[in-house]
Amino acid sequence: MHLALTSAPVDTGDTAWMIVCTALVLLMTPGLALFYAGMVRSKHALGMIMQNFVTIAIVTVTWVVVGYSLAFDRDAAGGLIGGLHLVGLTHAEIAVPGFNLTFPPLAFVMFQMMFAIVTAALISGASADRMRFAAFVTFIAIWSVVVYAPLAHWAWSPEGWLAKAGLLDFAGGTVVEICSGASALALALVIGPRRGWPREIMAPHNLPLTMLGAGLLWFGWIGFNAGSALSAGHLAANAALATHLSGVGGMIGWLLLEKRITGKATTLGAASGAVAGLVAITPAAGFVSPLPALLLGCIAGAAALLAIRLKFRFRYDDSLDVVAVHYVGGVIGILFIGFFAAAAVNPNVAHQGLLLGGGLTQLARQGLGVLAASAFAFTASYAIAWALRATMGLRVSPEQEAEGLDSSQHAETAYELTSSSSLGRIS
Amino acid sequence: MKLITAIVKPFKVGDVRDALSGLGVRGLTVSDVQGYGRQGGHTEVYRGAEYKIDFVPKIRMEVLVADAAAAGVIEAIVTAAQTGKIGDGKVWVQNIEEVVRVRTGERGVDAI
Repeated sequence: MHLALTSAPVDTGDTAWMIVCTALVLLMTPGLALFYAGMVRSKHALGMIMQNFVTIAIVTVTWVVVGYSLAFDRDAAGGLIGGLHLVGLTHAEIAVPGFNLTFPPLAFVMFQMMFAIVTAALISGASADRMRFAAFVTFIAIWSVVVYAPLAHWAWSPEGWLAKAGLLDFAGGTVVEICSGASALALALVIGPRRGWPREIMAPHNLPLTMLGAGLLWFGWIGFNAGSALSAGHLAANAALATHLSGVGGMIGWLLLEKRITGKATTLGAASGAVAGLVAITPAAGFVSPLPALLLGCIAGAAALLAIRLKFRFRYDDSLDVVAVHYVGGVIGILFIGFFAAAAVNPNVAHQGLLLGGGLTQLARQGLGVLAASAFAFTASYAIAWALRATMGLRVSPEQEAEGLDSSQHAETAYELTSSSSLGRIS
Repeated sequence: MKLITAIVKPFKVGDVRDALSGLGVRGLTVSDVQGYGRQGGHTEVYRGAEYKIDFVPKIRMEVLVADAAAAGVIEAIVTAAQTGKIGDGKVWVQNIEEVVRVRTGERGVDAI
């Protein structure tokens, strides 16, 4: 493939759009922090928020130092990994190899950085309430370079092997959702369940916080998906509307099934279903037209609710259901492209979806993407977690776990709700 | 002197307070508590998983009264807090040896 070495002339509209979308995607990580923090017990709320916030710092650094180059530099080895030409952002301002961008490449660096951050942060839901802060920091730093950057190269660099094999992944069904979900499963298996799970009640301590977080995620997701058009035009508009419709579909699908199963439609179900719908549309937002996105959301919302049962059956404590929501949603979204991909939406669709008369070609390519991303992310994450467990240790002590991450890891308390709790003196 | 302790449903606290004020009771202490009696707990559902919540939120009210006033106060609390449904709570009474008002040093019934 010929790789453009210089970018197209800068379009001010596209440039402004991409920087706005970058800010929108940045907001998703604090949003995720609140979404997750509301679901844990109050003694772990700050620990959860802190893991998400510190991920912004860790992955920003690993991304500019080496991650971006491994993901988006010209290929160094068979479509598996990018080179080191862009390490430390050297030459990064000139062009993004293989892309013909109408905005400055540095805006692309930062937009993609936000994806790397939120993908890593998603994993924290699986190991909630029991991971040492130092172990989490180390895991994420290694993971962002060893797992995320190569997978981004596979699927998103024009020279990546999955991209060359014809995988369509608009905004990260493989790179973000399957990747975080499979990695979350690996980490949950290596670190082991929370003490007392599943016998003890570990109910959410603050669902209003979770709802606020879900709202911020939804808001940011418009930038996540519509920004992945890498231009401000028809494709971005299609992606934005499809994204919203799928989020709505997810909420509807979850609530209808939940009402049928348990008799009640819950607020946590509304938030979880919407997120599952947004997850599922992520790879498809720029390849399918808006109305099928509503169907996709319904399927993903209902499927995520059913998939939560897996952790009880197979006894892995994926505490905040990263697997059920992100992995399952991501797989559904990636495969959905094989049914509904439309050339009218995106000229890069070479083979339309099965239901649009394109046959099975694209579906098979999507299936390959699912298998490759799942196997790589799970195996590599398992290896990292296993190595850290054997060296520095992953878990807090049983006493610290009972005390809570807030106090044991950060010497803080999330809530001072009674007058007697603030009676201490400065020492 | 008697210490009357009542465990009541949270939404009945206002009614009990009004009834005690009507009897001339000048002060009481309330606290949030959780527990179970014959009512047991209830079920909550999070992401499709059902949790049995064993402890039910209640309010504990404590009031000090002179011996002669105890029967009337107990009666007033029971009347005000009663719904007739399971989980209405309990009232119990203890003898108190001494009471001191911190501000003045008054003792005994004068301190109530």
